Parts: sequence; C-alpha cells; structure tokens
Amino acid sequence: MSSTQSTDVDIAAAGDTDGIGAAMGSYFNRVRGGDVGSLPAVLGLIVLIGLFSALKPETFFTALNFANLLNQGTAIIVLAMGLVFVLLLGEIDLSAGFTAGTAAAVLAVALASWGFPWPLALLAGLLTGTIIGLSIGVLVARLGIPSFVVTLAMFLALQGVMLLIIGEGGTITLRSDELLAVMNKNMPVWGGWLLWAVVTAGYAWVSLRAITGRRKAGLRATATSVWAAKTLAVAVLLGIGVYLLNMEREIVRPGKTPCLTNEPPDPVGCIPVLKGVPWAVLVVLVLLVGLTFVLGRTSFGRHIYAVGGNTEAARRAGISVKGIKIYCFMICSTLAAVGGVLIASRDNSVSPTTGGAQTLLFAVGAAVIGGTSLFGGRGKVMDAVVGGLVIAVIANGLPLITQQSGIQYIVTGLVLLVAASVDAISRKRSTPS
Amino acid sequence: MTNSETPLLELKSVNKSFGPVQVLRDVNLRAYAGQVTALVGDNGAGKSTLIKGVAGIYPFDSGEYLFEGKPAHVADPKQANALGIEVVYQDLALCDNLDVVHNMFLGREETKTVVLDEIGMEKRATETLAGLSVRTLKSVRQQVASLSGGQRQTVAIARAVLWNSKLVILDEPTAALGVAQTEQVLNLVRRLADSGLGVVLISHNMNDVMQVADNIACLYLGAMAAQVSAKDVNHSSIVELITTGRSGDMGLQPEIAAAGGVA
Repeated sequence: MSSTQSTDVDIAAAGDTDGIGAAMGSYFNRVRGGDVGSLPAVLGLIVLIGLFSALKPETFFTALNFANLLNQGTAIIVLAMGLVFVLLLGEIDLSAGFTAGTAAAVLAVALASWGFPWPLALLAGLLTGTIIGLSIGVLVARLGIPSFVVTLAMFLALQGVMLLIIGEGGTITLRSDELLAVMNKNMPVWGGWLLWAVVTAGYAWVSLRAITGRRKAGLRATATSVWAAKTLAVAVLLGIGVYLLNMEREIVRPGKTPCLTNEPPDPVGCIPVLKGVPWAVLVVLVLLVGLTFVLGRTSFGRHIYAVGGNTEAARRAGISVKGIKIYCFMICSTLAAVGGVLIASRDNSVSPTTGGAQTLLFAVGAAVIGGTSLFGGRGKVMDAVVGGLVIAVIANGLPLITQQSGIQYIVTGLVLLVAASVDAISRKRSTPS
Repeated sequence: MTNSETPLLELKSVNKSFGPVQVLRDVNLRAYAGQVTALVGDNGAGKSTLIKGVAGIYPFDSGEYLFEGKPAHVADPKQANALGIEVVYQDLALCDNLDVVHNMFLGREETKTVVLDEIGMEKRATETLAGLSVRTLKSVRQQVASLSGGQRQTVAIARAVLWNSKLVILDEPTAALGVAQTEQVLNLVRRLADSGLGVVLISHNMNDVMQVADNIACLYLGAMAAQVSAKDVNHSSIVELITTGRSGDMGLQPEIAAAGGVA
C-alpha cells in the first residue's frame, strides 16, 4: 500500500466483477497479501493423497480405506469446529479432548446404569459439555484467568472426573443401536445421491440468491461465470466423494456373493453389503452448514470476529466481550461433547482414555492446518473440515508406509509446525507497516 | 461564518478530579453546529479528560452540560451517543480483520430477522462515504488491515457520521499521517462542519488548527485559557496561550496562571 492514494476509484461504481480471470486474479492478490485461508491445507491434502496413492495404490486408494479415513476424521473435525470458535477469540481450549471423553462417559453411564432412553442420554452428554464450557468461559471472561491455564486445569480435572464416572480401568459399552449406527452404519446408495443433490442445489441456490440480491441493489456482485464454476466444482467434488463411498467396500472372496440387502444379514453365508455414505458425514455436514451460518451471517458471529480482531474496539462498539467469550467456550465444549459421542460410537464403548492421547492435539492441529489463526480473528468452520481431512490422511496413510510410530509422531508434529508457520507468516504480511 | 444563537454543546464551569488531583477547573467550552472548534493545549492540560467527560466515559464532578441549549445528563457513553455525540479516538478502534462495512456498523449491525442485512449495510456505508466525498477507497469490502492510515481515519470518521450524529469529536486525527493524507483528513473535517455538524478537533499541530478551525479553545493546566475566533489570533499567540496560559490581553489572569502553575 503506497502512502498516497493517487487512484480515485469511485466506490459507488456498480457492475459485476469481470468473470473467472478477474476473480482468480483478485484471489491471487489476496493470497499474496497474506490472506491464504485454506489454500495450504487444500494443496497439502492433494499432495498427501497423491503421495500415498502413488506409494500404496493397493491399500491407500481404495473405497474401503476412503470410508475408514472419513471415520477416523469425523470426531477430530467436529472437535476442531468447536475449537475454531475459541481460536477466533485468540483463546485456546486444551480440555476439549477430555470434555469429549467426559460427555461420552456421562452418555454411556446414562444408557447403561440410569436406563435413560437414547435421546435423553444424548442430551445429558451434550449438556455435560455445555456446562463444562460455561464454567471455563466464566473463569476466563469474568475472573480473567488465561484460558491456557483454566483449560489446562480442566484437562487434568476432567481426566479424574472420567475415572470416577467410569471406574478405574473400566470400560462401558455403548448400549444404543441408534447412536452406534452414526459411526457404523451407512446411508442407502440413493440416500447418498439425494444428499449430494440437496447440498449441491442448496449451495447453488444460496449463492445465486446472494448475487441477484446484490445486483438488484446496484452493488458489485460476483460474475455469473464465477458462480457457475464454483457450483460445478462443488458438484463434481461432492459427486466423486459420494460415488467412492457408494462403491462396494467389502472384499469379495471367491465362492461367496454379496448379499442383495443390508439387513437383516442373510443366514446363507453371503457377504454383507458394505457401501454408502456413513451417517457421520451427515452430522458433519449439518454442523458445517449451521455453524457457518452462525459465524458468517449473524451479528453474533460478526461480534466473535470483532472480539478476536480488536477486543478494545469491540468493547467500545458496545459488544459484550465477556458474553461473547462465555458463549464461544460453551459452543466449543458442546461440540467437543458431540465429538465425544462420535468417538464412543466408533469405539462402541467408553474408557478412561476416550478423548485422550492425541485427540486434542489433532483437533487443534486440524483447525490451524485448515487456516484458522492462533492469534485470533481469522478462521472459518470449513477450515476444521479441510484440516481434519489432512490430519486423517496423515494418520491413515503413514501407517501404511511405515510401521514405526516414532516417524508418525514426528511427521504429524512437523505438519502442525508448518501450519503454524504459515499462520504466523501470513499474519506478518497482512499487518500494515 | 457567524455563531448561531445557541451552541450545540456548551459546558459551564465543569470540574473533574481524580482523587486529590484536580484535572479540570471551572472549564467553559462552546461548540457550534457547522463549525470546527479546535481544542488545543499542552500535554496534561486536560484535553482528553474534557473530551472523555463530554463522551460520558469520566462524567464531570460538577458544572453544567448543555446540549442544544438544554441541560443533558451524560453518565455513560451510550447516553452521549443517544444525544448524537460520537468520538473518534486516536487509536480509531477498528477491527483489522473486518472490512469497511463491517467496521462502520460494528456493534450496531442491521439485520433482517436474524440474518445480517449485508446489502442494506453496504448501501448505507457507500452512501455515507459518497456524502463525505470520500473517493480514496477502492472497495467498501476491503479489509481494514489493507488500508493506509488516512483511509483508516476516513473510515473511523465515516462511522461516526453514519449515526445521524450532531457532534463529532476527533482526537488527534492527523497525528500519525503523512502530508497528503493529513490534507485529505483535514478536507474531510472541513466538509463535516460545512454539512452542518459540530466538530471538535483535538490537535497538537498548529498548522492543522489554523487551516480548519473556526474557533480555538485553549486549555492551560486544567483551566480554559481562552476560547477565541480563529480569525482573531495568529500562530504565535496560540502557542503563547498553550505554553503560558495568556497572550496579550487574552487568557488567564496572571495570578491564576501562576497559581495553576503551582498546582
């Protein structure tokens, strides 16, 4: 930015942007200006998938592995979505992993010991998360304790809470077919295509309506060709995903034929059909759409960005900074609880280690790799999805290449470091001198 | 420009103390609609305290606060905003990560049911900027981080004007700007006053003050040394007022100025 402005461009100038070429040009300029968004993560995803597919075509690039990969990624993605809200404020929640575990433990106990019906047990689990978030939020916003310390304390305390709920060394089976189905059952093939049609049409309609609305108001709008290209890209990418997930994943052994239906299992000894989009994908999609709406289209979301960008400015503009902080921690912990339910559903049980180990690090890594800034003020819910997929591809692909878990840890750590570096560098670039 | 009958804002012998330190002593101030009133004074003279009192951040201990001739009670910033008083602070209070429209409507977003009315806000922001003849912004959808110092100041001022405000107080708007940008902002300040708003301009830069101010209020150690028409004074007499509290027959009585110096 030069110090004097010689170009007197009329800001009221109406008219559309000039098509795909201009749109790509302005995107390129934004990236050079430090606003990289999810670009490094998308590139990384493509490189990683290409690399693993080239090295291990027979194991990595298969329909079964693609579904596995999504299964491994969903809980991380949902946890990361929650962390995006906290990271946007420039805060951190180190306890999200064990919040997930505690919520899952409450859920499992409610089902097994208290005899709750599954919807009520689910509600109890999610409320556990909300309450944990409320207490973190109050401690951070009202008392002014750094979130790092509050959530570190929670990280330790919640492990204890889990031990007390579950019992030392115990494991509680998740007794609910409905909740187990989320991570273990798939949509019918037509359901997957219906989902594809609804999402694609919804995206096309919403984005087209925004463009026509701006045109009607005489404001500069995205060109129709750009809209068409974006919609086509969404349709194709989602279509490939649904197509892959709808392929038969069961390895057909000679002498046995696939069953014609999913359920009930044929007693004759055919191989059960294993195809379709996992139900967990629907959970992620609903959260993605809903939370993106909250962050991007409501004043509450706008205020979150404002608090993360300049707390003092937000306070002077009359925004309740404390309220926003408390709500964001509540959202984060509630989503962590959703992640906990997904983990329990995948493992069929809850143990004192549920939500432990690398869960939290992977989730924070997913958000940051996806493009959410650790410094606050920059990030989207979609970042969690893209970053979560990168983490899932690494976690899934590396063991196929090397059995040494040491190397796996190092590679994952390096990827997180690279993401944090990209974040720091892009922040430097976008700060005016 | 002639002084209208009633000042837009009139303070009569306001006082303010922080603990044992009396920061403002019997200060009078008048600001008229359609005029730029410059508020000058050395560091520690009480300019900021006076402005924060007007804005309701630190309410005055005693004295009269008249807005449009009527006594007003301003105990917090919201009450000042309700009267039509907007303050642009030196640090501008902009969010770098949001665009121009978002910043102008920050905290007062317009919504349709629960959804942000982006189109309506963008139109109003564009109209306000056009009304101020601002032509230096490429797009109102630019992030504030990418703007120059002068453009940021422009956005902050436009935000203050957006809310049908009657009195805009600018705290050192040109302090961090280069020559060309200072010129832009001063022109904008002049246009604000010409469009009928009352403007109070705090500045350390005498050239700026002499260029745009209609009248000049000079604080000296917490007391109002003089409020004079800009036509009646020159550069050096203002500097004298700032540094000694008096200049010729203007300003504080010698014994008061001396007493102020002791206190």
